[in-house]
Formats: sequence, C-alpha cells, structure tokens
Amino acid sequence: MSIAGTRVPAASPPRSGDRPFQLLLAVMAAAVPVVIGAILVALIIAGWPAITQFGARFFVTSTWDPVARVFGVLPFMYGTVVSSSLALLIAVPLGLGVAIFLSELVPGWLRSPISFLVELLAAIPSVVIGLWGIFVLVPWVRTVLSPLLKSTLGFLPLFSGPPLGIGMLTAGLILAIMVVPFIVAVSTEVMRAVPRSQREAALALGATGWETTRTAVLPYARSGIVGAIFLALARALGETMAVTMVIGNVPQIKASLFAPAYTIPAVIANEFAEATSDIYVAALVYAGLVLFTVTVVVNALARLLVSRVARGPSLIRE
Amino acid sequence: MDRRYRFRRAKDRGMVVVTFLCTVAVLVPLFLVLGFLARTGVSALNWDFFTEIPGAAGEPGGGMANAIAGTILLITLAGAMGIPIGVLGGTYLSEYPSTRLSQVTRFTADVMNGIPSIVMGLFAYVLIVLPLRHFSALAGGVALGVMLIPTVVRTTEEIVRLVPQSVREASLALGIPTWKTTMRVVIPTAAAGIVTGIMVGLARIAGETAPLLFTAFGNRFWNWDILQPIAALPLQIFAYAISPFDDWHRQAWAGALVLVTIVLIVNIAARFAANRQVKLR
Amino acid sequence: MNSVNKQRVASLIDHTTGIQADEVHAWFDRLHALRGITMIVAERKITAIIGPSGCGKSTFLRCLNRMHELVPGARVSGRVVMDGQDIYAPGTDPVQVRRRVGMVFQKPNPFPTMSVFQNAAAGLTLAGERNRAKVEEIVERSLQAAVLWDEVKDRLHKPGTSLSGGQQQRLCIARALAVSPEVLLMDEPASALDPASTLRIEELARDLANDITIVIVTHNMQQAARVSDFTGFFLDGELIEFGSTNDLFTRPTDRRTEDYITGRFG
Repeated sequence: MSIAGTRVPAASPPRSGDRPFQLLLAVMAAAVPVVIGAILVALIIAGWPAITQFGARFFVTSTWDPVARVFGVLPFMYGTVVSSSLALLIAVPLGLGVAIFLSELVPGWLRSPISFLVELLAAIPSVVIGLWGIFVLVPWVRTVLSPLLKSTLGFLPLFSGPPLGIGMLTAGLILAIMVVPFIVAVSTEVMRAVPRSQREAALALGATGWETTRTAVLPYARSGIVGAIFLALARALGETMAVTMVIGNVPQIKASLFAPAYTIPAVIANEFAEATSDIYVAALVYAGLVLFTVTVVVNALARLLVSRVARGPSLIRE
Repeated sequence: MDRRYRFRRAKDRGMVVVTFLCTVAVLVPLFLVLGFLARTGVSALNWDFFTEIPGAAGEPGGGMANAIAGTILLITLAGAMGIPIGVLGGTYLSEYPSTRLSQVTRFTADVMNGIPSIVMGLFAYVLIVLPLRHFSALAGGVALGVMLIPTVVRTTEEIVRLVPQSVREASLALGIPTWKTTMRVVIPTAAAGIVTGIMVGLARIAGETAPLLFTAFGNRFWNWDILQPIAALPLQIFAYAISPFDDWHRQAWAGALVLVTIVLIVNIAARFAANRQVKLR
Repeated sequence: MNSVNKQRVASLIDHTTGIQADEVHAWFDRLHALRGITMIVAERKITAIIGPSGCGKSTFLRCLNRMHELVPGARVSGRVVMDGQDIYAPGTDPVQVRRRVGMVFQKPNPFPTMSVFQNAAAGLTLAGERNRAKVEEIVERSLQAAVLWDEVKDRLHKPGTSLSGGQQQRLCIARALAVSPEVLLMDEPASALDPASTLRIEELARDLANDITIVIVTHNMQQAARVSDFTGFFLDGELIEFGSTNDLFTRPTDRRTEDYITGRFG
C-alpha cells in the first residue's frame, strides 16, 4: 500500500562503464547459442546435395555404395542404435547399482574417492579406450566371452555366426564402459538430493535399507535417473573412436551380436577424409546432420529431466 | 512373520553385496586400462619417442615428437578461441543469471557439451577446410576451440557464482563501479577455480581424435604453419593402433600412456584444487 | 585513542556533513519496505537506528549510500540531502555517492585474495591511485585510525582473512576510512563479534565521531544507549520516534517505543 500521491519511481539507469561491459559479456555468452545455430546451418548447407538427392529415402536405404553413388544410412543407424542399446542395457543396471552404493551405503569419507575414480574413467580419451579395446578386449571377447555365450545361448540368432572378437557385442561392451560414469555421476547426485525426511519416513515405518531406497529414494529421483540415462544414450550414440576400433566397420544389418557392424560416427570418421566425390561428402555430412539432430534432442530431454542441483565445480562437464 | 522378516533382511544384505559388486565391476576396467598402458607403454618409452618424428612405414624406430608438439599447438589455438569467450560468457551467466539470454545460453551450453565431437569436426571442415581447400592446424584448433567454449562457460559460471555476495558489496560500498567490481575483485577471487576449470577443459580436448581426422588431418613431419595439416598425439595413436606393424603398436601404447598420464595428472590436480577452495570459503 | 591517532583520523577526513532524509520510501518489487522516513542525521554525531528484525533499519541505511537500488526490483523515492545536494537527484552518479558515504557490514568482509595492506588500500588502488608512497601513507593512517596499526604493522602482507574477527572488522573500517568518506554507515558492525571486540568497535566509533558523521544500525539497545547521541526507532518501515538518545530511552513519547525498549516485544 503506497502513500497516496507517491509515484513508484523507475529504477535508476546503469552508469556508464557498466553498460558496455555488460554488453561485452552478453555478446560472449550469446556466442554459445549462435555457434549451435551455425553448426546446424553449416551441416545443412554442406549436406544439401545429398538431402535433395536422397531425401527421406536416406533413412531406409541400406546400400552404401560410393562407387555407384548410392547412399543409404540404414545400416549405420542400425549399428548405432543396437550398439548404444546394448551399452545401456549393461550400463544402466551397473551404474544404478554403483549410484545406490555411493549414495546410500558407503561411509562419507569413501564416497569422494570412489566417485572420483569413476569420473577418471570418463576422462580417459576415447582413442585410448579403443586401443585397449583392440589389444585386450577384442581377444578376450573372441576367446572367452563368445565361446561362453555360444555354448550356453548359441541357439539364439543373437549369438549365431563365428566369433571374430570385433563386432557389435564388443562395441556394446566398450560403450558401456564409457557411458557408465555418466549414469553413476548424475544418478548419485540426484539420489543424494532426495531429502532426508523421505528416507526417515520409510525407516520409521520399519523398512530395511534396501526397501527405503526402493520406495523412498528411487521414485523421488526417478526423473533425474531417466535424465541420466538419456545423457548416457546421447554419449553412446555419438561415441566415435573406441567404437570404430572394435566394431569391424562393415555396413551390414545382421541379427547376430558377433557380426561386425558400422555406426554413423564411425563411417564419418573412416571415410570422410578420403571421400572422393562431392555427393559422397554431402552424404556423410547428411549422416552427420542426423547424428547432430538426434543427440541434440536427446540431450535437451536429458537436460529438462535433470533438475540442476547446485554443487561445486563438476569434473564431468560433458 | 519371522520368516518373512528374515527374507527381507536377506534381500537387504544381498543388495549391499550386489551394489558393491557393481562398483567393483565398474572400477575394474579403469584399472585394466591403466594397467595395460603401464605395462606395455613403458617399454616403448624412450628418448627417441620424445624427439623423433615417425619413421617410414614398417621400419622400426621414430617417435611422436611432432605429434606432441602438434597437440600443444592445437590446444593453444583452441584456448585462444575458447578461453576468452568461455570466461566472459560464464561471467555473464553468473552476474546476470535470470535474463533470457542467460537461460538460453545455459541450456544450449549443456546441450553443446553433449554434441559428438565428430560433428564439431564437420563444422570446422565446412568453416575452414572448405574455403582454404586443404586441411590445417587452424581448422583443428577451431574444432577443439568450439568444444572448449561450453565447458569453460559452465565451469566459470559455477565458480564465479560461489564468490560470496559480501565481497561484491564490500567493493561496491567503496564506490567502485559494478564493472570494475566484477573484473578486478570478483574474477580475481574466483581465478583459481576458473583456471582449474580451464585446465580440465584443455585436458579433455587434448585427448580428442575424431574432430581432428579431417581438420588437422595429421602430418608425418614437423610443421609450425597453422594453415597446413599438423600431427596430433591422439591422431598418431589411432593411426598406429590400426596399422599392421608391431613397432607402431608399441609406440601407440607409449603415446597412449603419455596422453593418459597428462590427462590424469590434470584431473587429480583439479580435484585437489577444488577441495582446497571449498575449505577456503 | 591517543592524540597522535586523533590527528591521523582528522587528516583522513577532510570534510564531513550531516544528512537530511526527506520522505524516503523504498520498495522491494511490490513490498513497501520504508514508508516516508524523514529524519536528520547530525554532523559529527553518532545516530543509532534501532527496531525489531524486519523493521527496515538496514534498508534505510542502504538508502543513504544508494546500495539499496542494487537489488533487482528495488526502488527508492524521496530525497536524501548531503551538503545541500540530493544524492537521488536525477543525473547523480551513485558510484560517486558510494565513495562519499562509507559502509561497514555486519559480517566482516575483507577481500579474500588480498593482503592486509591491499585490503586497506583497495578503495584507492581500484580507483586508479598509482602513487605508491601516497597509498602507503594513507594505509598507515587509516589503520591507525581504526586502532589496528600496532597489531598488523608487521603482518601487512599476510592475507586479510588471517586476522581475527574483530581485527577483520577494524580492517574493514580502515578500508572504508582510506577513501576519506564524509559519512560512515555501520550496519550492525559488532553483531558477529565477541563482547571484547564489540566494546573496542564501540570505543572506536565514539572516537571517530569527533571527525566524521556516523550512522549505526543495531539490534542491541544497550549498544545504542552506550554509543549514540541520537536514536531513531523504526517499526514496520516507519520512523516511530526520533530524538536524543537520552530522551528516547528515559522518556519515550510513543507507546510502541516504550514497549520495544522495555522488551515487551522485539
């Protein structure tokens, strides 16, 4: 209630020196959305010849023939989706398990070092993980894991065909290793943010630790955990080096996990520098545009689901 | 009643074991990878590795000196582009947090951090390689620099936001204008954390291979011309790893060991710095 | 404070003035926090502002150095006249106002990355003062004026945060004095300090008041009674009563003042 006759005055204008500075900072900040827009525009322009020539057929053609200049991205989409799904299938339960361990079970002094170690796993460059993949994981899959799977589940088409070591299965495994830290980091953060009162309510009813986690913590943190999964998915979809070093790089669609495959990032990585014709280059850019769009959408969804929990500087800023 | 309770308790204990095993399972690859590098990479590390350039295909010998130099040049270029934009942009986000621009930038920076790095390479290709008509260190630097921006923006924002309001008020009450308060008081107070965030960002892009495959492209010789293709450590590791030569495989392991060691040191140092800064507040 | 120090204070403050507040209103967005405050702050006296939490006393203080308007959505109307000039007159630079009116805060806030010396000098160096000798001299004078010099003269380059709470607050006072303000505002300056430090701050304020006008906000009535010459009692954003400290505490004219002073609410 203001006193009659008193106008609410406007705020005083910012002083000179402040305005130009704020403008400079704002321009720098605006660089971020501008660059994303520029990336989109650049991809569309460079991919335009392929977009106009192939259009939507691009997504359903499984031929990738640079010589005949026929390009279809279906095998790569298949490879990308299956390897990423396999990765999530492994990484989500494992990652959630670690997150529960870190957030509910581990004593405080141990939490920081362990989660730091998990973050270190994410810091290892992709090419190094790929290197380890070629020389350690692939032989192991070929000589230990595949025979094991074949002898127990070999009747399934999933595990048919010769175990070469390289292929969809290894790619899924290596992707799982690379995305699990994201699931752990985000899920732990989200679970720790669940208020004490929720846990106490369950415990006061006589619930065990696990029951408390299951009924009080996980449901509360559910949207954040889903966000973590989306984040991991986006990472898996875009992962290039480690995948291309172990997946075999053969554009085919096979049911078996032992078969070599190819992903969108891998084909761009392998063929872009050597692409001979303009339409070849444009087709690869078109594929890159697809990758860009999908990862942006998935990331945006992840961002919306994970509420920003204020904490100190995080070392996983991917 | 008692039996049901015992079952519940068993499940509870079982879950403790399960989650513990999950943790072990997740940490095992970390030690496997590091152990593998330590075992195989050390044997190939010698003086030549750090001073020689690659030898002819198939012949033993040579090193990755030019690749290491190339990586340093690339992250310098990337830093020149990404650090000023990132720090100033991040400062904007923390000093004017509720403007429309801030909300948009915060959101897009997070999204941008998740864009596959190979797409950044495509962007730099269109922007730099096409007009110049050949691969170049500049293109590689731009690809990496574009990746650095959103990382530095977010870490700078988080750090500057931690500077207590009382520090700003003290400066303003002395009659120091807002812009000077931000530049000469707030940012210096946050400087240690900002630098840490930058170092972590640089370590991350130093290990990136995909965006360099068709921008910097790689080079078997010494090159300091930013308009020409240039070698980089991760590129060299990749090329050697998929080659058929044993000696090159060993050098790839050595290169990976060097790369990982640098990345790990930076991350561990950053963690220590972050812990110390929390105590100072 | 000995006479040498008194001289040093006098040399720092070349001019002081009283303040006349005229129908000052303040808002936080739609919240009307101050309603038509009219009062006179006498030159070279200590004026205390008391009242229960949330009554607007800190808000009023911040209107005197144009800090209130820094909060997003905050507004001020009315006049605050110092030396014949309304600091809210259109075209007046608030940054200049803040140089003329110094402020000490409730919780000591030395700059964390600066040494004791740098803290005391901050107002000068940030404004561009390059003359090293002049800065050193002013720093010594202001640390003397804050009765801190003897304790820190051998530790000038240690971090400002390495001092005790009471010392930090005196450092903040020195920092404020170093820019030669005409008025010194103190927002509950001792509330975060132990009783011994509190008394030292109060003594310091009494001595400084010989040369500079002081306005002090306090929730501690005994402190107001000990330290100030004039007191204003605020309640719900209004100035209920104002007068000489002695009169207000022994013969309050308003019922509400009396209730607050006798502890019936607060």
